Amino acid sequence: MRLLESRRAALGAAAILAAVVAVAAPLIGPAAIDFGKVWAGLSPDAEIFYYARLPRVLLALVAGGALSVTGVLFQALVRDALADPYVLGVAGGASLGAVLAISFGWHGAAGVSGVWLAASAGAAAALLLVLAIATQGGRMSSFTLLLAGITINSICAAAILFLHNIVEFSQSFVVLRWLMGGTQPVEYSTVGWLTLVVAVVLVVIMRRARDWNLLAVGEEWAAARGLAVQRLMITGFIAGSLLTGAVTAITGPIGFVGLIVPHALRIRWGADHRFLIPAAFLAGASFLAVCDSVARTVMAPAEIPVGVITAMLGGPFFIALLRSRRRSLWL
Amino acid sequence: MRPLYELSRLGMCYDGAAVLDVEGLEFAAGEMISVVGPNGAGKSTLLGVMAGLKPGYTGSCRFEGREVRDWPRRLFARAVSFVPQTLRLEFPFTAEQVVMMGRTPYCDGLFEAPEDQQAVERAMATTDTLEFRQRDFRSLSGGERQRVVLAAALAQEPRVLLLDEPATFLDVKHQLAIHDILRELSRAEGVLVVAATHDLNQAAAYSDRMVVLDHGKVVAEGAPAEALRPDVLEKVFGVAARVERMDGGELWIRFGGAAGKGAQT
Repeated sequence: MRLLESRRAALGAAAILAAVVAVAAPLIGPAAIDFGKVWAGLSPDAEIFYYARLPRVLLALVAGGALSVTGVLFQALVRDALADPYVLGVAGGASLGAVLAISFGWHGAAGVSGVWLAASAGAAAALLLVLAIATQGGRMSSFTLLLAGITINSICAAAILFLHNIVEFSQSFVVLRWLMGGTQPVEYSTVGWLTLVVAVVLVVIMRRARDWNLLAVGEEWAAARGLAVQRLMITGFIAGSLLTGAVTAITGPIGFVGLIVPHALRIRWGADHRFLIPAAFLAGASFLAVCDSVARTVMAPAEIPVGVITAMLGGPFFIALLRSRRRSLWL
Repeated sequence: MRPLYELSRLGMCYDGAAVLDVEGLEFAAGEMISVVGPNGAGKSTLLGVMAGLKPGYTGSCRFEGREVRDWPRRLFARAVSFVPQTLRLEFPFTAEQVVMMGRTPYCDGLFEAPEDQQAVERAMATTDTLEFRQRDFRSLSGGERQRVVLAAALAQEPRVLLLDEPATFLDVKHQLAIHDILRELSRAEGVLVVAATHDLNQAAAYSDRMVVLDHGKVVAEGAPAEALRPDVLEKVFGVAARVERMDGGELWIRFGGAAGKGAQT
């Protein structure tokens, strides 16, 4: 019961933190702005706050939350704390899809952006490929999974470079800008659409939160307790591909958010997905928004892509995690 | 009374090789059954088919008159629970959370009801696991884990308990305790208990009936004294065996030397 109380408190704290970040992060940046003037609607502080920074911070919040939840989901599905959209090559697949759509000027179908559709399809394709490579006789090897993910990432990166070189100059510039990633000024409408997609997928995932617990223990364990395991896994993989695709289409590849945040939460508060999913969303949101604020201030007026910051934090973290469990990895 | 399980011409193949070929078997409520046989005899496969985890079987495996693979999964999970040989966790679930997962077939929505919590308390009290309920499952010893997994199966409140080598990691005290729990379940509540095991002496002491499997086939079946004949044991396990009776009448199986070379020659 004590743990339950502590989880409730943690969820509350994570929500407050995310709210504080949402208000405070837009105040930070190369040009100093004053919240009083923003509140009063005075120029130029209000313009900078509302048009340059707030949508960007909101994007970072939603993207960070979505990537972090995707990490939780993939980790439960493959029963491996090292899995996240980046490590599994899913982000690479999404990037290749997005770059293909940009390069060939595919504008989409039925009013849905081509880049979004292509990124989600790329994510799903990469995921299927990695799982097919890593599964043998109904069992999944953690080691092969990671190697396959890295390989898919490399292949996708090479294909993106190739595309970048053969497309016309104007397209090439768009590709490059997209690849730089991060949270370049975006429209409110884009953030709105992303929020909608993420919210719908989150509801689907959250309704199954108790079932992810059983799946994180084992497929047989879940099946022996009456769950439709196959349907559950397909739901999870589609949801994860959609989240990765939608986020990557806008921000470009951002790695390791889905690795660091869930792991840190589990150490202190355990693995119950009814807590983990909302907590990972809130904490991941704050994490990426803070990283993004760092990215646009440390070298101001120049900007570092936020993916660089998360990779610099996430890389060593990943290696530490890998070392701590090397023994089980080789089994 | 109609038997709970009716198996007939039950087969299972992996990669074209038959690993199970059971002509006919029946299990009734309240029975305590041990399935024995050497490694690879098909014990786990038999339990897996009965637990509904291997729907690709051929022939027939009926539970309460209905093919196992045709049962609605949730309803089936309320009746039959399966205890795997080992459970390795990647993530930090507490012992109590693992036991609570046994309540899944009864739960709707995100959270458990008070009666689920009561069922968990009972199951953990029965298996003597309450003292480490808040500990990380991964930090428990092999025997403690095994008891927690059994508690999860008990929390499922099943009519059938299928166990794959339930006592493998247990010290003698807890081995006996688990066998007493299983016996109590079968006697008092009419639960059908089917356990695969390697310990012939324990099995002989606690079972109503034993099934000896070899290469997927039932080579002997019946009360321990009927099933465990020296010639059967020698043929199946490939070692000389003697079956003696102790003062209290219990069977006592002794192995010595490989078949054909030991005391029997």
